[in-house]
Amino acid sequence: MIQVNNLSKKYNDTTVLNIESLEIPKGQSFGLVGNNGAGKTTFFSLLLDLIQPTTGNIINNKVQVNASEGWKPFTASFLDESFLIGYLTPEEYFYFIGDLRGQNKADVDALLAQHEEFFNGEILKNKKYLRDLSKGNQKKVGIIATLIGNPEVIILDEPFANLDPTTVNRLKKIIKELANNPNITVLVSSHDLQHTVDVCDRIVALNKGELVKDMPTSKETLQELELFFAV
Amino acid sequence: MFTKFIYLEWKSFTRSASFASNLALKILMGFLVLYFTVAFLALGVGAFYILREMKLDPLVTINKFLMYYFLMDLIVRLMLQAIPVMNIRPLLTMPFKKSTIVHFSLGKTMLSFFNVVHAFFFLPFCAVLIYEGYDVISVLLWGMALFSIVFANNFLNVLLNNKDHLLAIFITITLILAGCQYYKFFDITNYTYPFFESLFHTKWVFVLPVLVLSGLYFWTYNYLKGDLYLDAGLTSKNDIAKTEHLTWLNQFGTLGTFLKNDIKLIKRNKRSKTTIGLSVMFLFYGLLIFGSGIESYDTPTMHILAGIFVSGGFLITFGQFVPSWDSAYYQLMMTQNIPYKGYLNSKWWLMVIATVVSTIIASFYLYFGWHVYLMIIVGAIYNIGVNSSLVLLGGAFTKTPIDLSSGKGAFGDKKAFNVKTMLITIPQLILPVGLYWSGTYLMNENLGLTLVAVVGILGLALKNKAFVFIEKIYKSEKYATIAAYKQKS
Repeated sequence: MIQVNNLSKKYNDTTVLNIESLEIPKGQSFGLVGNNGAGKTTFFSLLLDLIQPTTGNIINNKVQVNASEGWKPFTASFLDESFLIGYLTPEEYFYFIGDLRGQNKADVDALLAQHEEFFNGEILKNKKYLRDLSKGNQKKVGIIATLIGNPEVIILDEPFANLDPTTVNRLKKIIKELANNPNITVLVSSHDLQHTVDVCDRIVALNKGELVKDMPTSKETLQELELFFAV
Repeated sequence: MFTKFIYLEWKSFTRSASFASNLALKILMGFLVLYFTVAFLALGVGAFYILREMKLDPLVTINKFLMYYFLMDLIVRLMLQAIPVMNIRPLLTMPFKKSTIVHFSLGKTMLSFFNVVHAFFFLPFCAVLIYEGYDVISVLLWGMALFSIVFANNFLNVLLNNKDHLLAIFITITLILAGCQYYKFFDITNYTYPFFESLFHTKWVFVLPVLVLSGLYFWTYNYLKGDLYLDAGLTSKNDIAKTEHLTWLNQFGTLGTFLKNDIKLIKRNKRSKTTIGLSVMFLFYGLLIFGSGIESYDTPTMHILAGIFVSGGFLITFGQFVPSWDSAYYQLMMTQNIPYKGYLNSKWWLMVIATVVSTIIASFYLYFGWHVYLMIIVGAIYNIGVNSSLVLLGGAFTKTPIDLSSGKGAFGDKKAFNVKTMLITIPQLILPVGLYWSGTYLMNENLGLTLVAVVGILGLALKNKAFVFIEKIYKSEKYATIAAYKQKS
């Protein structure tokens, strides 16, 4: 589904990302771990054509992302709060995204009804604009909005951060369901090794822009990762 | 303790976004500041002699209008002067006494531009009074009293800020008073003038404003000190949100989706609301020119400029920041399945609708004759045909993120000022003036108007071609724009 070729990103002379080759097959749930500055967000930004690669390219479902916009209809993402429109209510935001993805109000409502538990009664009909919601609640809105319009590639940057423990578990459930769907490729990044291991089929660790570990999830994965990141 | 505060202030001043702009701009800004300083100084010095030339007693005349001067000052403050409350938050848990924090914040407001600017007028005026042989002590006491009132206004603004309807009330009162005076029903200055006079002539009266000032300082101090909690004075107000579906816009497809969003953007953010207020003011700009109040404005060039400004207020104030309005969530827009064309088209329609509405409201200019209104209509045609596309083109180069929640900056961001956007204003304003002028020169005013209108209609006919070009520019500027919007000021 996603093919990375000789990808690198440099700022002045500092290389922040350098991935020679990486292939993510369709239907995989892919976890990206690493410390601050490892290049996780840079990789996702490149994948979404928000920044330009210095060399190489990424091909998302046969579309080269920095050459064509053809990847947009089947790719959904939530990187940070800058993906939210602060002056809308959550409902308006969902319908707006729905409109852009060719979903009518009923479709969106059906999806929201499915995730009522995840919202925990704090999102819908709350008379608050997105800008006035707490960080965690903003994140809930952003994550669910990526599910609108049956995307085939879902990209979530640090989805577990700022969420309360119950919501983390509910989110894990949602991601696992997505992972079980053979048509959906999920890409998740996190600082939290445990969470990533719990939801992903495959884990890739980045360090200072280099790909240092690439392994399928098994019983030993967590141990191996913890050993790698041990101080 | 205070030195620490001053250190922080110095850092925040030298590292502010506007300071970090390029050298050419700094020089330009320097000249502007110098120009205004000189202009105000000249006014302060000149006022005395101009008034005497007009056979008026300078001091008496000034005293007569001080009432309005201070009212206007208060209104301007309520509109523009922000109170420095938010940057107190990180200090609360540090080992500072609360009273020190409050004293410092209040002291900081006293150094604000809105106070300093009065010195440029009053100090030279007082100097001239002394030079002309007025009693030195009286002049000094009078000056001190006036500055006490200026600072009293400063603290009043702190106390009254965030009370929504006050501004409208003050403006209404001022307008009613001014109106009554103009039509000679009732002259408020008859009652206030003796007071300002006595500030000068009676030695002890200056104590009154000074006492009022100290009282207000004490009051504001207590008010702020008692409110120094995150859930009291330092909280940010949350609006009660109401979901609006605006379903009637659904019939317009993608265009409707964006229009819905833009309407909410304008309705729910402070910054955009200020912009709307400003564009309404543009509507009345023509009164200055067609009302022939100012003689030097009564030229054909100024007429056609007025025609463009009257109908184009929204286009100018809103349009010039087009992608910046969406700067806070530009990354979202860039990853969604959005054709640039649909996005730009919605902004274009918004400007067209606003221009048409302004033109209809401007029909009160018919009072000055059909020719004046014709000029406004021609201006509107040019705005719709040419300027709306140009403004969008200019937007591609405007890379200033907009803080929607702040009302400041609506009067033009310094950083939004770059060579490319400046170049684009040439066809926006100078081309129609040139066309009109050459038409008038060759034959008569009607030919001038026809030329401007024809170019406007031509622009409208070529709109789709222009949009293809604009779209290309937006695409090539995409990464630079995203990077610029990420750096919040």
